[in-house]
Amino acid sequence: MSSSDQQEPQPVRPLQVIYCQICTFPPEYCEFGSSLTRCKEWLQGANSQLFDKYYSDEALQSKIGTLSLEAQAKLEKDTAKKEAKAEAKADAALKKKMASQVSIKRIERNKRKHVTAIHGLEAFDVDLKKASKFLAQKFATGASVTKNAQGLDEIVVQGDVSGDVLELIEGGAGPLKGVPADNVVIIEEKKKKTQE
Amino acid sequence: MFKKFSPSTDIAGQTPPKSSVQRSIRAAVLQQWKIGPETLEEIWPKKDTLIHVKCREHISIYTIQSVPLFFQHFDGPFYPTLRLLYQYPFLLPKVGVDRGAIRFLLAGAPMMCPGLTSTGGYLPPPEEALPKGTVVAVHAEGKEHAVGVGITELGTEEMRRVNKDVAVEIVAHLGDDLWALQTL
Repeated sequence: MSSSDQQEPQPVRPLQVIYCQICTFPPEYCEFGSSLTRCKEWLQGANSQLFDKYYSDEALQSKIGTLSLEAQAKLEKDTAKKEAKAEAKADAALKKKMASQVSIKRIERNKRKHVTAIHGLEAFDVDLKKASKFLAQKFATGASVTKNAQGLDEIVVQGDVSGDVLELIEGGAGPLKGVPADNVVIIEEKKKKTQE
Repeated sequence: MFKKFSPSTDIAGQTPPKSSVQRSIRAAVLQQWKIGPETLEEIWPKKDTLIHVKCREHISIYTIQSVPLFFQHFDGPFYPTLRLLYQYPFLLPKVGVDRGAIRFLLAGAPMMCPGLTSTGGYLPPPEEALPKGTVVAVHAEGKEHAVGVGITELGTEEMRRVNKDVAVEIVAHLGDDLWALQTL
């Protein structure tokens, strides 16, 4: 780098932007997301300076800006409604997750060969690809992720490993963690699985 | 443009483009955005290879080290991602919208003229009038950060005169599926 080049303009440094941990927006936009109360709590704990900047009384006054009083009130009501709806949806999703089952099916392929199909791991945030690789390694057989007739993803493991899979899930090994033990159910199926 | 975009289903392929293509992209970016070559060097060092991610509907996202930086539709203008725009706000000319319009923009609506010409909005003065088809950063009244990136459908002087219908088509906004993608 020649020092004689003193006219060379310096590159501009990027601005460091803080993003709200709860809703991933910049904190000034949290009011338009669906989790304002949680966002405010987080911001107060994480960066009280910014919190004062956005949520102190003077800031709230100046924010009303050019909107008339009724328009502002309506805006606030709408955002509160949206937040309540989002909370209700999150609760419903959580409840569904608790109720959803992981089903392990043992399906007959030929007269003495079976495959094991595991359904429903998606509801528990299990990475299916990683899980299928893990299972294949464990049992030294083939395992794959396929979409079945209902459109749900399932892991298919060659051979009859249903009992072992049940233990693994209950133990919460590797990528299978996070599945509560009572949600697992074994089903026996006498189906002729078609050969590809 | 990224209202519904999930990486698992909407990405067709990822390849590094030829270096001649990379050079032409670099030149186009330098020309289209208000950026100096040294700053571009910071964002996109000469040594780093760009990865071209092909998505459905002829959308191409360009990433450096798995971080999306900018994208284009067909062979159109290059749009920086919102995250990039936050780091370098001077990249694009600004237009401002009314506070009441913010929630519609965040839901993906295009920007209508009245939002820009009302008291809360901001349009650049006639000396800096923007023609139709300019990539702009859409800012919101009272906010430091842009709400989204858009392309003008009308020139700014026309917007002031006509004051009806769509002024800026929003290409990417805060909270869309592209925003959710931190790495690709």
